[in-house]
Amino acid sequence: MTDISQSPGASSAAKPKGSLFDKDARTKRRNAAEGRFKLYGIAAIGIGLLMLIVLVTNIVTAGTGAFQQSFLELNVELKEDKLDKKGNRNIEDIKKVSTFGYAPLIASALESEVQKLGIQTDLKPKEMGKILSKAAQAELRNYVIANPDEIGKTVSFRFLVNSRVDGYMKGRVTRESIANDKSISVAQLDVVDQLRDSGVLYKAFNPDFIFGSDASDQRPEAAGIGVSMLGSLFMMFVVLALALPIGVAASIYLEEFAPQNRLTDIIEVNISNLAAVPSIVFGILGLAVFINYMHLPTSAPLVGGLVLTLMTLPTIIISTRASLKAVPPSIRDAALGVGASKMQSVFHHVLPLAAPGILTGTIIGLAQALGETAPLLLIGMVGFIASNPPDGIVAGFLSPNSAMPAQIYEWSKRADPAFYERAWGGIIILLIFLVTMNTIAVILRRRFERRW
Amino acid sequence: MMNDMTRVERTVDSKAIKIAANNVQVHYGDTHAIKDVNVEIEDKTVTAFIGPSGCGKSTFLRCLNRMNDTIDICRVTGDILLDGEDIYDKRVDPVQLRAKVGMVFQKPNPFPKSIYDNVAYGPRIHGLAKNKAELDEIVEKSLRRGAIWDEVKDRLDAPGTGLSGGQQQRLCIARAVATEPEVLLMDEPCSALDPIATAQVEELIDDLRKRYSVVIVTHSMQQAARVSQKTAFFHLGNLVEFGETGQIFTNPEDPRTESYITGRIG
Repeated sequence: MTDISQSPGASSAAKPKGSLFDKDARTKRRNAAEGRFKLYGIAAIGIGLLMLIVLVTNIVTAGTGAFQQSFLELNVELKEDKLDKKGNRNIEDIKKVSTFGYAPLIASALESEVQKLGIQTDLKPKEMGKILSKAAQAELRNYVIANPDEIGKTVSFRFLVNSRVDGYMKGRVTRESIANDKSISVAQLDVVDQLRDSGVLYKAFNPDFIFGSDASDQRPEAAGIGVSMLGSLFMMFVVLALALPIGVAASIYLEEFAPQNRLTDIIEVNISNLAAVPSIVFGILGLAVFINYMHLPTSAPLVGGLVLTLMTLPTIIISTRASLKAVPPSIRDAALGVGASKMQSVFHHVLPLAAPGILTGTIIGLAQALGETAPLLLIGMVGFIASNPPDGIVAGFLSPNSAMPAQIYEWSKRADPAFYERAWGGIIILLIFLVTMNTIAVILRRRFERRW
Repeated sequence: MMNDMTRVERTVDSKAIKIAANNVQVHYGDTHAIKDVNVEIEDKTVTAFIGPSGCGKSTFLRCLNRMNDTIDICRVTGDILLDGEDIYDKRVDPVQLRAKVGMVFQKPNPFPKSIYDNVAYGPRIHGLAKNKAELDEIVEKSLRRGAIWDEVKDRLDAPGTGLSGGQQQRLCIARAVATEPEVLLMDEPCSALDPIATAQVEELIDDLRKRYSVVIVTHSMQQAARVSQKTAFFHLGNLVEFGETGQIFTNPEDPRTESYITGRIG
C-alpha cells in the first residue's frame, strides 16, 4: 500500500527537463539555420527574376521599334514613255528598265508633293530624294512588274524612308546627333518635319520585317527576318525528321535490348559526353564531312539541319532514355507475363508511357537547335545575305539561306544603328518561337501524361 | 535423400505431373541463389512455396516461365520439364512458353489502359479471337473466372488503374487466365491486399485449381495451409521439404521446417 501511495511522488520526480513552450538553444540554432537557408533560396530566385525582368524589358524596348517603320506616301505618275516605250505591256521589255529609270519618277512625285503642301526648302530635288530609302526605286519597279496594267496611271504608293529619317521619327536620331552625319542634313529634317505634320510621312506596322528578306548594308529599313525564318524552318524539318527517329530508336535499343557490357557502358558515357561538346565542334565536323567530303552545298539549310541533328541527338537520347527508365518495371513484367515479346512490351506499353517525356525532350532539343549560331558559322550560314526567298521546297533545303540566330548575329555586326534595332527585333521573334515551342512541350506533357 | 522420400509418398497420388524440375541451380552473378532443387508440380493442384525472405522461392518461381531471362546476370542450370519438354531447351521461345505458363505478380500491375484492354491484350497478341464478338466473349469469361465481372461489367472502358488494390489483383488474374494458360504462377499475390480482398483472391485460387495447375509463393503460412494441397519449404536456396500440405504443417520431417512453421526461424 505504501508503494502505491508513493508512486505519484515518484513520477513527479521524473518531471520533464523543460517546458515544451520554451525553445532550447539547440532548437533555436536549428530554426535559425533553416530560416537562413530559406532566405538564401528566396534571394537566389529574386535575383534571377530581377535579371529576367531587366532582360525582357531591355529586349522589348530596344526591339519593338523594328516592327514599326516610317513610310512616305506619294502619288507617282507611272509615265508610259519611260517605263514601256513600245506600249505593248510586254513584261520582258518592262523588266529592261532598271531601277535608275524609276528614280526620276519618284523624284518628281516627291517634288510635286512638296510643292502641293507648300513646303519651303532650299534643297535640290536630288538631295530631297535622299529622304527616301535606297530601296524605293526597287520597290516601285517590283510593283510595276507585278502590275503592268498600272502603267500610264498615277498611283498612290507607300515608300520606305531612309533609316536616318526613320530613326528621327522614332527618336533615335536627333538634330544634334547628325552633326557629323553625311547621310542626312538639318535641312532635310526640316522637310521631314513638315511632311510628318501634313500626314504623308507616318509610322506604321511593318510586316516586311517579319516576312521580308534581308537587305544590304546601305538599306537597313528594308531588312526583314522572313527568309532566314524559312531557313530555320527547313533546318528544323531536317532535325525533326532525322534526330527524332534515330534518337528514339537508339535509346530504345540501348535501354531495352542492348546487353549490359563494357561496350554499351562506353557508348553510354560517350553519349553523355557528346551532349556537353561545344556546338562549334559539330560545326567543324559538319564542314569536314558534309561539305568537304560529301560536297553538299554550302550555306544550305540541309547541311545546317544535318549539323544540328548531330548536336541534338545526344539531348534526345538522354531524355528518351530517362523517360524509358522512369516507366516502372512492373509494366514490362506484366506484358512479358502474358506472353508479349520484348518488342511488343516496349512498343505497346513502355513507349506510350514514355511518350510525354520523349516529346518534351525532343521539343527542348529542337528549341536548342533553333537558337544555335556557332555551328552555322562554319558551314557558311552566318554572313550569307538572305535576300531572296527560296524558290520551292527543294530549293528551300538546298539553296543558300541563313537562319534566325545567324541573321541576328549578322545584323548586330553591321555599322548602321538601324540594324541594331533590327537585331533586337529579331531576338523578340526568336524568343516568341522558343516560348511557343516550350509551351507546346509543357502542354503535350500535361496532355499525355498517364498515371500508373 | 529427402526428395526421394517425398517422391515415394506421392506415388499414391494419381494426378499427372505438370512441371518437373531436376537439379535446378540458379546463380545471380556470384551468388548461388537456388541450390539443386528437385520438385514435381502436379496438374490441377495448388502448390505453395513457403520460406523466409530471400530463400529463393520467388527466384525459383520465375524460373518456371523463364522470367529470369530478363535479368542479365541470372544463370539457370538443370532441367525444368513442362509436360516432359525442357523449357530451357534452345528451341523453346520464352514468349510461347509464357503464354502457356501465366504469371500474377506481387504488386497488382494492370496496364494503364481500360479494363477491357487489360484483359483483351493477351488474346489479341496471341490471335485467340477472330473477331470482336469472340474477343468480347473471352474478356467476359476471363473476368468471370477472375471473380471480378460483376464489379466491372458496367465500366469496362474505365482505366484498370482506377480500381481498388484487390480488384486490380483480380483483374491481373483475369488477364493472366485470358490467354488460356496451363499453369498459373502467383508471386505473393495477396501481400499488397487487405484481409477481405485476400479472402476473395484465395477463394478464386481454389476455384482456378479446377482448370489450371497453380503455383503460389506466399509469406503467410496460414494462406499456404488454406489454399494449397502441396507445400514446398525453401530455406537459403535449398528445397528443404516438399509434400502434402497437411503433412508439412502437422508433422514436418525436417527440423528446419518445424522451426519455421513454429516461428523460430524466419
